[in-house]
Amino acid sequence: MTDDVKARIAERAARELHPGEVVNLGIGIPNLIPGFLDADSGVVLHTENGLLGVGPRPHGDELDPDLIDAAKLPITALPGAAYFDSATSFAMIRGGHIDVAVLGALEVSERGDVANWAVPGKDVLGVGGAMDLVVGAKRVIVTMTSTSSRGEPKIVERCSYPLTAAGAADVIVTELAVFRFVDGELHLTELLGDATVADVEAVTGARYAVSLEESHVGG
Amino acid sequence: MTAALSISAEEAVSVVRSGDTVMVGGFGLVGAPLTLIDALVDHSGATDLTIVSNNIGEPGRGLGRLLRQGRIRRGISSYFTSNPEAVAAVNAGEIEATLVPQGTFAEAIRAGGAGLGGFYTPVAVGTELADGKEEREIDGVRHVLEKPIRADVALVYAARADELGNLWYRRTARNFNPLMATAASVTIAEAGEIVAVGELEPESVVTPHLYVDHLVAAA
Repeated sequence: MTDDVKARIAERAARELHPGEVVNLGIGIPNLIPGFLDADSGVVLHTENGLLGVGPRPHGDELDPDLIDAAKLPITALPGAAYFDSATSFAMIRGGHIDVAVLGALEVSERGDVANWAVPGKDVLGVGGAMDLVVGAKRVIVTMTSTSSRGEPKIVERCSYPLTAAGAADVIVTELAVFRFVDGELHLTELLGDATVADVEAVTGARYAVSLEESHVGG
Repeated sequence: MTAALSISAEEAVSVVRSGDTVMVGGFGLVGAPLTLIDALVDHSGATDLTIVSNNIGEPGRGLGRLLRQGRIRRGISSYFTSNPEAVAAVNAGEIEATLVPQGTFAEAIRAGGAGLGGFYTPVAVGTELADGKEEREIDGVRHVLEKPIRADVALVYAARADELGNLWYRRTARNFNPLMATAASVTIAEAGEIVAVGELEPESVVTPHLYVDHLVAAA
């Protein structure tokens, strides 16, 4: 996956976020989203290791060894930020106080099942906050390429990797398209760039309805 | 117990016995009580330990040092993956790993400190991390029973303590520390700075002193 592809996915996903929403960003593509948010976007970022009001990456003397995000990378805190312990942070998550979780995935099924933490036969020793976030956030946006590094579809009929949660995804953004789950069914709602319905069909292993939003028909 | 509260790191870790369960604060190395961990490594012979910590340190740093000594029998953690040597030790059968979603991990420690018998959470339902756990439907939603986590000894880090053992944390170095301080038979707090009684604003105290048995100045 090239950096350009990742950036395009992040750019489109950023447009799913609305002023006033509290958003938790996962590791990988989601972490590129702040670069596509305007300074006045009104989006409030939460990191599960204990901060609401995450600011940009620090420069020079802003670097603080006590201030990191869930990827363990240095961050800053914005005016109005709040710190809290991990139990409080996950109570926010499970309690439905986080509007959106954006995260990467290995597979998403046509029923919205998400697999994003373990590859069978490899190390299945790190889950972090993925399960809590996918279950607890009001809206779950998955950002991922449409195929794996081996060229296999990542939107599938049924997940073959261990599940993070069942029926949890609301939106999928790939480099080709936006999919939405409506009443538990998967819909292709938008084509990105020069992609055609046939392009998407060729790399999608799931059943879905084509329900392109007006302005994007023929895009 | 005020007079005996402040002791050396070497004295403090002498309370850890072989076979004990030891909780260790920190998210990665941020907020980890490194002076106490180093004392445990260098001045204690306790082995066969169960470590409750979000991560098992980093290679050769923090709990990663204790791991290299072969003194950890079992780890209870949400993310072993941040120390590849811990992953290798699990895969080689040298340590037993219990993987817990991060929010469940935090809440189980909170429950342990709060005298609760556990809690039902929707997190991990339908995944392999719920295998063998009691499941119950509550208001139409599937939940799993998670039992509390307690320890013989908790090692925590606070940026500032007063001589009574009241603790104040700084930024994202708070994480699991205030929870763990409540959930062990003996809590040892390492403090970056120890101030006189009365110098901490009572409203800014996050861990009230009744939880803290011993206080050690950070090296």
